[in-house]
Amino acid sequence: MPDDSSLVEARDLRFRRGARVIFDGVDIDIRRGGITAIMGPSGTGKTTLLRLIGGQWRPDGGSLRFDGQEVAALSQKRLFELRKRMGMLFQTGALLTDLSVFDNVAFPLREHTRLPERLIRDVVLMKLEAVGLRGARDLYPAQLSGGMARRVALARAIALDPEMIMYDEPFAGQDPISMGVLLRLIRRLNDALGLTSVVVSHDVKETLQIADHCYVIADGEVKAHGTSDEIRDSASEWVQQFVQAQADGPVAFHYPGPPYAEDLHVEDRP
Amino acid sequence: MNAPRQGIDAVANSLAELGRSIFFLLRVIASLPSLVRKPRLVIEQLYSVGVLSLVIIVVSGVFVGMVLALSGYRLLVDFGAEEALGTSVALTVVRELGPVVTALLFAGRAGSALAAEIGLMKATDQLSGMEMMAVDPLRRIVAPRFLAGLIALPLLTSIFCVMAIGAAGGHLVGVALLGVDAGAYWSGIQENVEFGKDIVNVFVKSGVFGVIVTWIAVYQGYSAPPTSEGVSRATTSTVVLSSLAILGANLMLTAVLFGEV
Repeated sequence: MPDDSSLVEARDLRFRRGARVIFDGVDIDIRRGGITAIMGPSGTGKTTLLRLIGGQWRPDGGSLRFDGQEVAALSQKRLFELRKRMGMLFQTGALLTDLSVFDNVAFPLREHTRLPERLIRDVVLMKLEAVGLRGARDLYPAQLSGGMARRVALARAIALDPEMIMYDEPFAGQDPISMGVLLRLIRRLNDALGLTSVVVSHDVKETLQIADHCYVIADGEVKAHGTSDEIRDSASEWVQQFVQAQADGPVAFHYPGPPYAEDLHVEDRP
Repeated sequence: MNAPRQGIDAVANSLAELGRSIFFLLRVIASLPSLVRKPRLVIEQLYSVGVLSLVIIVVSGVFVGMVLALSGYRLLVDFGAEEALGTSVALTVVRELGPVVTALLFAGRAGSALAAEIGLMKATDQLSGMEMMAVDPLRRIVAPRFLAGLIALPLLTSIFCVMAIGAAGGHLVGVALLGVDAGAYWSGIQENVEFGKDIVNVFVKSGVFGVIVTWIAVYQGYSAPPTSEGVSRATTSTVVLSSLAILGANLMLTAVLFGEV
Protein backbone atom coordinates (compact mmCIF):
# COMPACT_ATOMS: atom_id res chain seq x y z
CA MET A 1 0.00 0.00 0.00
CA PRO A 2 1.21 3.58 -0.60
CA ASP A 3 2.99 5.48 2.12
CA ASP A 4 2.88 9.24 2.56
CA SER A 5 6.16 10.12 0.88
CA SER A 6 6.28 10.94 -2.82
CA LEU A 7 8.60 9.27 -5.29
CA VAL A 8 7.73 11.83 -7.97
CA GLU A 9 6.84 15.43 -7.21
CA ALA A 10 5.69 17.92 -9.83
CA ARG A 11 5.31 21.51 -8.69
CA ASP A 12 3.94 24.31 -10.84
CA LEU A 13 4.90 22.21 -13.87
CA ARG A 14 4.69 24.05 -17.16
CA PHE A 15 5.12 22.65 -20.63
CA ARG A 16 4.11 23.75 -24.08
CA ARG A 17 4.49 22.29 -27.55
CA GLY A 18 4.74 25.09 -30.08
CA ALA A 19 1.94 27.52 -29.26
CA ARG A 20 -0.13 24.89 -27.44
CA VAL A 21 0.00 24.92 -23.65
CA ILE A 22 0.01 21.34 -22.32
CA PHE A 23 0.63 22.01 -18.61
CA ASP A 24 0.01 25.39 -17.05
CA GLY A 25 1.16 25.06 -13.45
CA VAL A 26 0.38 21.47 -12.49
CA ASP A 27 1.07 19.91 -9.06
CA ILE A 28 1.19 16.11 -8.94
CA ASP A 29 2.51 13.67 -6.34
CA ILE A 30 3.21 10.02 -7.15
CA ARG A 31 3.19 8.21 -3.81
CA ARG A 32 5.63 5.40 -3.09
CA GLY A 33 4.20 1.91 -3.14
CA GLY A 34 0.86 2.88 -4.65
CA ILE A 35 -0.87 3.01 -8.00
CA THR A 36 -1.47 6.55 -9.14
CA ALA A 37 -3.80 7.04 -12.07
CA ILE A 38 -3.48 10.00 -14.41
CA MET A 39 -6.73 10.36 -16.34
CA GLY A 40 -8.11 12.84 -18.77
CA PRO A 41 -9.44 13.16 -22.30
CA SER A 42 -7.18 12.34 -25.25
CA GLY A 43 -4.58 14.96 -26.02
CA THR A 44 -4.44 16.49 -22.54
CA GLY A 45 -0.80 15.62 -21.96
CA LYS A 46 -1.00 12.36 -20.03
CA THR A 47 1.72 10.69 -22.10
CA THR A 48 3.65 13.98 -22.06
CA LEU A 49 3.75 13.76 -18.28
CA LEU A 50 5.38 10.30 -18.49
CA ARG A 51 7.97 11.59 -20.95
CA LEU A 52 8.73 14.50 -18.62
CA ILE A 53 9.13 12.12 -15.67
CA GLY A 54 11.44 9.94 -17.79
CA GLY A 55 13.47 12.99 -18.83
CA GLN A 56 12.81 12.48 -22.55
CA TRP A 57 11.39 16.00 -22.68
CA ARG A 58 12.23 18.98 -20.48
CA PRO A 59 9.60 21.16 -18.82
CA ASP A 60 9.42 24.86 -19.68
CA GLY A 61 8.96 25.81 -16.05
CA GLY A 62 8.35 24.55 -12.55
CA SER A 63 9.93 21.55 -10.95
CA LEU A 64 9.74 17.80 -11.49
CA ARG A 65 11.64 15.65 -9.03
CA PHE A 66 12.19 11.90 -8.94
CA ASP A 67 13.27 10.77 -5.48
CA GLY A 68 14.41 14.30 -4.75
CA GLN A 69 16.44 14.73 -7.96
CA GLU A 70 15.43 17.40 -10.44
CA VAL A 71 15.05 15.29 -13.61
CA ALA A 72 15.66 18.09 -16.11
CA ALA A 73 18.93 19.11 -14.42
CA LEU A 74 20.58 15.69 -14.74
CA SER A 75 23.42 14.96 -17.15
CA GLN A 76 22.76 12.22 -19.71
CA LYS A 77 24.80 9.75 -17.67
CA ARG A 78 22.90 10.50 -14.45
CA LEU A 79 19.61 10.46 -16.36
CA PHE A 80 20.37 6.99 -17.73
CA GLU A 81 21.21 5.83 -14.20
CA LEU A 82 17.86 7.21 -13.07
CA ARG A 83 16.00 5.47 -15.90
CA LYS A 84 17.32 2.12 -14.73
CA ARG A 85 15.16 2.74 -11.66
CA MET A 86 11.99 3.15 -13.73
CA GLY A 87 10.28 0.99 -16.31
CA MET A 88 7.89 2.23 -18.93
CA LEU A 89 5.19 0.36 -20.76
CA PHE A 90 4.46 2.09 -24.04
CA GLN A 91 1.00 2.02 -25.59
CA THR A 92 2.40 0.15 -28.58
CA GLY A 93 4.54 -2.15 -26.43
CA ALA A 94 7.65 -0.80 -28.21
CA LEU A 95 9.08 -4.31 -28.46
CA LEU A 96 12.14 -4.71 -30.68
CA THR A 97 10.65 -6.39 -33.72
CA ASP A 98 13.79 -8.24 -34.81
CA LEU A 99 14.20 -9.95 -31.42
CA SER A 100 12.21 -12.85 -29.99
CA VAL A 101 10.12 -12.50 -26.84
CA PHE A 102 12.98 -14.03 -24.83
CA ASP A 103 15.59 -11.69 -26.29
CA ASN A 104 13.34 -8.67 -25.78
CA VAL A 105 13.06 -9.39 -22.06
CA ALA A 106 16.78 -10.24 -21.88
CA PHE A 107 17.68 -6.99 -23.70
CA PRO A 108 17.98 -4.66 -20.65
CA LEU A 109 19.79 -7.39 -18.69
CA ARG A 110 22.36 -7.91 -21.44
CA GLU A 111 22.82 -4.15 -21.85
CA HIS A 112 23.19 -3.24 -18.20
CA THR A 113 24.50 -6.28 -16.36
CA ARG A 114 27.35 -8.73 -16.74
CA LEU A 115 25.28 -11.69 -15.68
CA PRO A 116 26.22 -15.02 -17.27
CA GLU A 117 23.83 -16.19 -19.99
CA ARG A 118 22.61 -19.07 -17.79
CA LEU A 119 21.47 -16.65 -15.10
CA ILE A 120 19.93 -14.28 -17.64
CA ARG A 121 17.90 -17.24 -18.93
CA ASP A 122 16.57 -17.93 -15.44
CA VAL A 123 15.69 -14.28 -14.78
CA VAL A 124 13.95 -13.91 -18.16
CA LEU A 125 11.89 -17.06 -17.61
CA MET A 126 10.90 -15.82 -14.15
CA LYS A 127 9.77 -12.48 -15.54
CA LEU A 128 7.86 -14.18 -18.37
CA GLU A 129 6.26 -16.55 -15.86
CA ALA A 130 5.07 -13.50 -13.89
CA VAL A 131 3.13 -12.26 -16.93
CA GLY A 132 2.00 -15.75 -17.97
CA LEU A 133 4.01 -15.94 -21.19
CA ARG A 134 6.88 -18.30 -20.36
CA GLY A 135 5.63 -20.61 -23.12
CA ALA A 136 5.74 -17.80 -25.70
CA ARG A 137 9.48 -17.16 -25.30
CA ASP A 138 10.37 -18.17 -28.87
CA LEU A 139 7.67 -16.13 -30.59
CA TYR A 140 8.43 -12.83 -32.33
CA PRO A 141 6.49 -9.60 -31.66
CA ALA A 142 4.65 -9.90 -34.99
CA GLN A 143 3.20 -13.23 -33.79
CA LEU A 144 1.74 -11.75 -30.58
CA SER A 145 -1.71 -10.28 -29.98
CA GLY A 146 -1.88 -6.70 -28.67
CA GLY A 147 -2.50 -7.89 -25.10
CA MET A 148 0.35 -10.40 -25.23
CA ALA A 149 2.73 -7.76 -26.62
CA ARG A 150 1.93 -5.49 -23.68
CA ARG A 151 2.52 -8.31 -21.23
CA VAL A 152 5.91 -9.04 -22.82
CA ALA A 153 6.70 -5.32 -22.62
CA LEU A 154 5.69 -5.47 -18.96
CA ALA A 155 8.04 -8.41 -18.35
CA ARG A 156 10.80 -6.38 -20.02
CA ALA A 157 9.93 -3.31 -17.93
CA ILE A 158 10.37 -5.29 -14.69
CA ALA A 159 13.51 -7.11 -15.88
CA LEU A 160 15.85 -4.78 -14.01
CA ASP A 161 13.62 -4.72 -10.90
CA PRO A 162 12.78 -1.00 -11.12
CA GLU A 163 11.23 1.04 -8.33
CA MET A 164 8.55 2.53 -10.53
CA ILE A 165 6.64 1.49 -13.61
CA MET A 166 4.79 3.90 -15.87
CA TYR A 167 1.96 2.48 -17.95
CA ASP A 168 0.91 4.47 -21.00
CA GLU A 169 -2.69 3.62 -21.91
CA PRO A 170 -2.33 -0.06 -20.96
CA PHE A 171 -6.00 -0.87 -21.66
CA ALA A 172 -6.44 0.89 -25.01
CA GLY A 173 -7.81 -1.44 -27.67
CA GLN A 174 -7.89 -4.51 -25.41
CA ASP A 175 -10.60 -7.15 -25.39
CA PRO A 176 -12.34 -7.71 -22.02
CA ILE A 177 -10.24 -10.77 -21.16
CA SER A 178 -6.90 -9.06 -21.92
CA MET A 179 -8.08 -6.01 -20.02
CA GLY A 180 -8.93 -8.09 -16.96
CA VAL A 181 -5.56 -9.84 -17.16
CA LEU A 182 -3.70 -6.53 -17.40
CA LEU A 183 -5.69 -5.01 -14.52
CA ARG A 184 -4.86 -7.91 -12.23
CA LEU A 185 -1.23 -7.94 -13.36
CA ILE A 186 -0.70 -4.26 -12.66
CA ARG A 187 -2.15 -4.59 -9.17
CA ARG A 188 -0.41 -7.89 -8.40
CA LEU A 189 3.02 -6.78 -9.63
CA ASN A 190 2.72 -3.48 -7.79
CA ASP A 191 1.97 -5.18 -4.48
CA ALA A 192 4.19 -8.26 -4.87
CA LEU A 193 7.29 -6.38 -6.01
CA GLY A 194 6.75 -3.30 -3.83
CA LEU A 195 6.63 -1.06 -6.90
CA THR A 196 5.27 2.40 -7.43
CA SER A 197 2.98 2.52 -10.47
CA VAL A 198 1.72 5.34 -12.63
CA VAL A 199 -1.16 4.42 -14.93
CA VAL A 200 -2.05 6.88 -17.64
CA SER A 201 -5.43 6.07 -19.11
CA HIS A 202 -8.76 7.35 -20.28
CA ASP A 203 -10.46 4.06 -19.46
CA VAL A 204 -12.08 5.48 -16.35
CA LYS A 205 -13.95 2.47 -14.96
CA GLU A 206 -11.01 0.10 -15.21
CA THR A 207 -8.45 2.57 -13.94
CA LEU A 208 -10.52 3.58 -10.92
CA GLN A 209 -10.75 -0.11 -9.95
CA ILE A 210 -7.05 -0.44 -9.29
CA ALA A 211 -5.85 3.08 -8.50
CA ASP A 212 -4.99 4.18 -4.98
CA HIS A 213 -4.88 7.81 -5.99
CA CYS A 214 -6.18 9.56 -9.11
CA TYR A 215 -5.55 12.79 -10.94
CA VAL A 216 -7.88 14.07 -13.63
CA ILE A 217 -6.13 16.54 -15.90
CA ALA A 218 -7.50 18.66 -18.73
CA ASP A 219 -6.91 22.08 -20.24
CA GLY A 220 -3.40 22.20 -18.79
CA GLU A 221 -4.49 21.86 -15.16
CA VAL A 222 -5.49 19.30 -12.55
CA LYS A 223 -9.29 19.23 -12.56
CA ALA A 224 -9.57 16.88 -9.60
CA HIS A 225 -7.54 14.50 -7.50
CA GLY A 226 -8.16 12.07 -4.69
CA THR A 227 -8.99 8.43 -4.10
CA SER A 228 -11.09 6.52 -6.61
CA ASP A 229 -14.22 7.04 -4.46
CA GLU A 230 -13.55 10.76 -4.15
CA ILE A 231 -13.27 11.05 -7.92
CA ARG A 232 -16.48 9.05 -8.46
CA ASP A 233 -18.32 11.27 -5.94
CA SER A 234 -16.80 14.54 -7.12
CA ALA A 235 -19.17 17.50 -7.17
CA SER A 236 -17.46 18.92 -10.24
CA GLU A 237 -19.71 18.81 -13.32
CA TRP A 238 -16.63 18.43 -15.48
CA VAL A 239 -15.38 15.41 -13.54
CA GLN A 240 -18.85 13.85 -13.53
CA GLN A 241 -19.13 14.26 -17.30
CA PHE A 242 -15.75 12.56 -17.71
CA VAL A 243 -16.36 9.75 -15.20
CA GLN A 244 -19.90 9.04 -16.41
CA ALA A 245 -18.81 9.31 -20.08
CA GLN A 246 -21.61 11.77 -20.88
CA ALA A 247 -21.73 13.52 -24.23
CA ASP A 248 -23.30 16.70 -22.78
CA GLY A 249 -21.68 18.83 -20.14
CA PRO A 250 -18.97 21.43 -19.66
CA VAL A 251 -16.80 19.70 -22.26
CA ALA A 252 -18.16 20.76 -25.64
CA PHE A 253 -18.88 18.06 -28.20
CA HIS A 254 -17.85 20.35 -31.04
CA TYR A 255 -14.35 21.55 -31.72
CA PRO A 256 -14.41 25.38 -31.78
CA GLY A 257 -15.28 26.75 -35.22
CA PRO A 258 -17.38 29.38 -36.99
CA PRO A 259 -21.20 29.16 -36.69
CA TYR A 260 -22.65 26.19 -38.58
CA ALA A 261 -25.11 28.30 -40.65
CA GLU A 262 -22.31 30.65 -41.63
CA ASP A 263 -20.14 27.72 -42.73
CA LEU A 264 -22.96 26.37 -44.93
CA HIS A 265 -23.69 29.92 -46.28
CA VAL A 266 -27.35 29.51 -45.30
CA GLU A 267 -27.99 33.30 -45.13
CA ASP A 268 -26.68 33.82 -48.66
CA ARG A 269 -29.23 31.48 -50.21
CA PRO A 270 -32.45 32.88 -51.64
CA MET B 1 4.54 36.11 -46.82
CA ASN B 2 6.61 37.56 -49.66
CA ALA B 3 8.94 35.56 -51.85
CA PRO B 4 12.32 36.94 -50.60
CA ARG B 5 11.28 36.24 -47.01
CA GLN B 6 10.31 32.69 -47.94
CA GLY B 7 13.66 32.24 -49.66
CA ILE B 8 15.55 33.46 -46.59
CA ASP B 9 13.52 31.14 -44.36
CA ALA B 10 14.21 28.20 -46.67
CA VAL B 11 17.96 28.88 -46.62
CA ALA B 12 17.91 29.33 -42.83
CA ASN B 13 16.02 26.06 -42.39
CA SER B 14 18.43 24.22 -44.67
CA LEU B 15 21.43 25.56 -42.75
CA ALA B 16 19.81 24.62 -39.44
CA GLU B 17 19.16 21.10 -40.77
CA LEU B 18 22.76 20.84 -41.95
CA GLY B 19 23.96 21.97 -38.53
CA ARG B 20 21.77 19.38 -36.79
CA SER B 21 23.01 16.64 -39.10
CA ILE B 22 26.68 17.57 -38.49
CA PHE B 23 26.07 17.57 -34.73
CA PHE B 24 24.37 14.17 -35.15
CA LEU B 25 27.36 12.83 -37.13
CA LEU B 26 29.77 13.98 -34.41
CA ARG B 27 27.69 12.20 -31.76
CA VAL B 28 27.65 9.03 -33.86
CA ILE B 29 31.43 9.19 -34.34
CA ALA B 30 31.86 9.72 -30.59
CA SER B 31 29.77 6.55 -30.04
CA LEU B 32 31.95 4.37 -32.28
CA PRO B 33 34.54 3.38 -29.60
CA SER B 34 31.75 1.74 -27.56
CA LEU B 35 31.38 -0.82 -30.38
CA VAL B 36 34.72 -2.39 -29.49
CA ARG B 37 32.93 -4.22 -26.69
CA LYS B 38 30.06 -5.28 -28.97
CA PRO B 39 31.55 -6.35 -32.31
CA ARG B 40 28.59 -8.68 -32.90
CA LEU B 41 26.35 -5.66 -33.56
CA VAL B 42 28.65 -4.50 -36.37
CA ILE B 43 28.97 -7.98 -37.85
CA GLU B 44 25.16 -8.34 -38.01
CA GLN B 45 24.90 -5.03 -39.82
CA LEU B 46 27.77 -5.92 -42.16
CA TYR B 47 25.69 -8.89 -43.24
CA SER B 48 22.61 -6.72 -43.66
CA VAL B 49 24.16 -3.81 -45.61
CA GLY B 50 27.12 -5.64 -47.17
CA VAL B 51 26.43 -9.30 -47.87
CA LEU B 52 22.81 -8.68 -48.87
CA SER B 53 23.98 -6.01 -51.35
CA LEU B 54 26.38 -8.41 -53.06
CA VAL B 55 24.02 -9.68 -55.74
CA ILE B 56 23.13 -6.27 -57.12
CA ILE B 57 26.78 -5.14 -56.99
CA VAL B 58 28.13 -8.26 -58.74
CA VAL B 59 25.48 -8.25 -61.46
CA SER B 60 25.84 -4.50 -62.08
CA GLY B 61 29.64 -4.80 -62.17
CA VAL B 62 29.45 -7.52 -64.81
CA PHE B 63 27.08 -5.56 -67.03
CA VAL B 64 28.96 -2.26 -66.68
CA GLY B 65 32.21 -4.04 -67.60
CA MET B 66 30.59 -5.66 -70.62
CA VAL B 67 29.15 -2.38 -71.89
CA LEU B 68 32.47 -0.58 -71.41
CA ALA B 69 34.31 -3.28 -73.34
CA LEU B 70 31.75 -3.25 -76.13
CA SER B 71 31.65 0.52 -76.60
CA GLY B 72 35.41 0.89 -75.97
CA TYR B 73 36.20 -1.73 -78.61
CA ARG B 74 34.07 0.01 -81.27
CA LEU B 75 35.97 3.24 -80.62
CA LEU B 76 39.46 1.76 -80.39
CA VAL B 77 39.23 -0.62 -83.32
CA ASP B 78 38.88 2.30 -85.75
CA PHE B 79 42.33 3.44 -84.68
CA GLY B 80 43.79 -0.05 -84.59
CA ALA B 81 44.28 0.37 -80.84
CA GLU B 82 42.07 -2.45 -79.56
CA GLU B 83 45.00 -3.73 -77.44
CA ALA B 84 44.36 -0.70 -75.22
CA LEU B 85 40.90 -2.07 -74.35
CA GLY B 86 42.04 -3.48 -70.99
CA THR B 87 43.53 -0.12 -70.00
CA SER B 88 40.44 1.72 -71.14
CA VAL B 89 38.01 -0.49 -69.22
CA ALA B 90 40.19 -0.69 -66.11
CA LEU B 91 40.90 3.04 -65.78
CA THR B 92 37.26 3.99 -66.42
CA VAL B 93 36.07 1.52 -63.81
CA VAL B 94 38.72 2.13 -61.19
CA ARG B 95 38.82 5.90 -61.42
CA GLU B 96 35.17 6.77 -61.93
CA LEU B 97 32.47 4.23 -62.57
CA GLY B 98 33.41 1.70 -59.89
CA PRO B 99 33.20 3.97 -56.85
CA VAL B 100 30.32 6.08 -58.21
CA VAL B 101 28.04 3.32 -59.50
CA THR B 102 28.65 1.15 -56.43
CA ALA B 103 27.85 4.08 -54.15
CA LEU B 104 24.67 4.90 -56.09
CA LEU B 105 23.55 1.27 -55.94
CA PHE B 106 24.48 1.11 -52.26
CA ALA B 107 22.38 4.22 -51.57
CA GLY B 108 19.42 2.61 -53.32
CA ARG B 109 19.79 -0.83 -51.76
CA ALA B 110 21.30 -0.34 -48.29
CA GLY B 111 20.83 3.41 -47.62
CA SER B 112 17.09 3.31 -48.20
CA ALA B 113 16.79 0.18 -46.04
CA LEU B 114 18.74 1.83 -43.20
CA ALA B 115 16.58 4.98 -43.30
CA ALA B 116 13.35 2.98 -43.42
CA GLU B 117 14.41 0.64 -40.62
CA ILE B 118 15.48 3.42 -38.25
CA GLY B 119 12.46 5.57 -39.20
CA LEU B 120 10.08 2.69 -38.48
CA MET B 121 11.82 1.95 -35.19
CA LYS B 122 11.20 5.57 -34.25
CA ALA B 123 7.58 5.50 -35.43
CA THR B 124 6.86 2.36 -33.39
CA ASP B 125 8.44 3.80 -30.21
CA GLN B 126 11.30 1.29 -30.28
CA LEU B 127 13.89 4.07 -30.02
CA SER B 128 11.96 5.79 -27.21
CA GLY B 129 11.62 2.43 -25.51
CA MET B 130 15.39 1.99 -25.62
CA GLU B 131 15.96 5.46 -24.21
CA MET B 132 13.63 4.64 -21.35
CA MET B 133 15.61 1.44 -20.74
CA ALA B 134 18.69 3.67 -20.36
CA VAL B 135 20.10 2.41 -23.67
CA ASP B 136 21.32 5.12 -26.03
CA PRO B 137 19.85 4.40 -29.51
CA LEU B 138 22.77 6.26 -31.08
CA ARG B 139 25.16 3.67 -29.66
CA ARG B 140 22.98 0.61 -29.99
CA ILE B 141 21.24 1.23 -33.32
CA VAL B 142 22.87 4.05 -35.29
CA ALA B 143 26.61 3.57 -34.63
CA PRO B 144 26.82 -0.12 -35.72
CA ARG B 145 24.92 0.66 -38.93
CA PHE B 146 27.14 3.65 -39.65
CA LEU B 147 30.34 1.68 -39.13
CA ALA B 148 29.06 -1.26 -41.15
CA GLY B 149 28.30 1.08 -44.06
CA LEU B 150 31.80 2.55 -43.87
CA ILE B 151 33.39 -0.89 -43.99
CA ALA B 152 31.02 -2.42 -46.53
CA LEU B 153 31.12 0.19 -49.29
CA PRO B 154 34.90 0.05 -50.04
CA LEU B 155 34.72 -3.75 -50.08
CA LEU B 156 31.69 -3.74 -52.38
CA THR B 157 33.42 -1.21 -54.65
CA SER B 158 36.46 -3.50 -54.91
CA ILE B 159 34.21 -6.41 -55.84
CA PHE B 160 32.40 -4.25 -58.40
CA CYS B 161 35.71 -3.27 -60.04
CA VAL B 162 36.96 -6.86 -60.17
CA MET B 163 33.68 -8.07 -61.67
CA ALA B 164 33.62 -5.26 -64.26
CA ILE B 165 37.21 -5.77 -65.44
CA GLY B 166 37.48 -9.52 -64.93
CA ALA B 167 36.54 -12.75 -66.59
CA ALA B 168 32.78 -12.29 -66.49
CA GLY B 169 32.71 -8.59 -67.47
CA GLY B 170 35.05 -6.64 -69.74
CA HIS B 171 37.32 -9.61 -70.32
CA LEU B 172 34.46 -11.82 -71.47
CA VAL B 173 33.23 -9.34 -74.08
CA GLY B 174 36.63 -7.93 -75.10
CA VAL B 175 38.69 -11.13 -75.24
CA ALA B 176 36.28 -14.03 -75.56
CA LEU B 177 33.71 -12.41 -77.85
CA LEU B 178 35.50 -9.62 -79.74
CA GLY B 179 38.88 -11.33 -80.05
CA VAL B 180 41.20 -8.88 -78.30
CA ASP B 181 44.43 -10.62 -77.28
CA ALA B 182 44.21 -11.70 -73.63
CA GLY B 183 47.90 -10.87 -73.00
CA ALA B 184 47.44 -7.36 -74.38
CA TYR B 185 44.25 -6.88 -72.32
CA TRP B 186 45.92 -7.79 -69.02
CA SER B 187 49.37 -6.31 -69.67
CA GLY B 188 47.75 -2.97 -70.55
CA ILE B 189 46.01 -3.02 -67.18
CA GLN B 190 49.22 -4.03 -65.42
CA GLU B 191 51.21 -1.23 -67.02
CA ASN B 192 48.74 1.60 -66.72
CA VAL B 193 46.83 1.08 -63.50
CA GLU B 194 49.00 2.49 -60.72
CA PHE B 195 48.56 1.23 -57.19
CA GLY B 196 49.45 4.50 -55.48
CA LYS B 197 47.14 6.55 -57.62
CA ASP B 198 44.34 4.43 -59.02
CA ILE B 199 43.85 1.65 -56.48
CA VAL B 200 44.22 3.98 -53.50
CA ASN B 201 41.75 6.27 -55.26
CA VAL B 202 39.14 3.48 -55.20
CA PHE B 203 39.39 3.27 -51.43
CA VAL B 204 39.55 7.04 -50.86
CA LYS B 205 36.48 7.68 -52.99
CA SER B 206 34.47 4.74 -51.68
CA GLY B 207 35.42 5.66 -48.10
CA VAL B 208 34.14 9.19 -48.60
CA PHE B 209 30.99 7.92 -50.33
CA GLY B 210 30.51 5.43 -47.49
CA VAL B 211 30.46 8.29 -44.96
CA ILE B 212 28.10 10.33 -47.14
CA VAL B 213 25.55 7.57 -47.81
CA THR B 214 25.39 6.11 -44.31
CA TRP B 215 25.40 9.54 -42.66
CA ILE B 216 22.48 10.70 -44.82
CA ALA B 217 20.62 7.39 -44.35
CA VAL B 218 20.89 7.16 -40.56
CA TYR B 219 20.19 10.87 -40.09
CA GLN B 220 17.14 10.81 -42.35
CA GLY B 221 15.78 7.77 -40.52
CA TYR B 222 16.56 9.13 -37.06
CA SER B 223 15.03 12.55 -37.71
CA ALA B 224 12.00 11.30 -39.67
CA PRO B 225 8.59 12.35 -38.35
CA PRO B 226 7.11 9.23 -36.68
CA THR B 227 4.42 8.69 -39.31
CA SER B 228 4.14 6.50 -42.40
CA GLU B 229 4.54 9.59 -44.58
CA GLY B 230 7.61 10.63 -42.57
CA VAL B 231 9.29 7.25 -43.09
CA SER B 232 8.41 7.30 -46.77
CA ARG B 233 9.93 10.77 -47.17
CA ALA B 234 13.06 9.79 -45.24
CA THR B 235 13.60 6.83 -47.57
CA THR B 236 13.14 8.91 -50.69
CA SER B 237 15.31 11.75 -49.36
CA THR B 238 18.08 9.28 -48.54
CA VAL B 239 18.31 8.06 -52.13
CA VAL B 240 17.92 11.50 -53.72
CA LEU B 241 20.29 13.37 -51.40
CA SER B 242 22.87 10.57 -51.38
CA SER B 243 22.88 10.36 -55.17
CA LEU B 244 23.37 14.10 -55.58
CA ALA B 245 26.01 14.21 -52.85
CA ILE B 246 27.91 11.27 -54.38
CA LEU B 247 28.00 12.90 -57.83
CA GLY B 248 29.08 16.27 -56.39
CA ALA B 249 31.72 14.72 -54.14
CA ASN B 250 33.02 12.60 -57.03
CA LEU B 251 33.66 15.71 -59.10
CA MET B 252 35.62 17.30 -56.27
CA LEU B 253 37.55 14.12 -55.47
CA THR B 254 38.50 13.55 -59.11
CA ALA B 255 39.74 17.14 -59.32
CA VAL B 256 41.81 16.73 -56.15
CA LEU B 257 43.10 13.18 -56.71
CA PHE B 258 43.98 13.47 -60.39
CA GLY B 259 44.67 17.19 -60.57
CA GLU B 260 42.65 17.55 -63.71
CA VAL B 261 41.10 20.86 -62.76
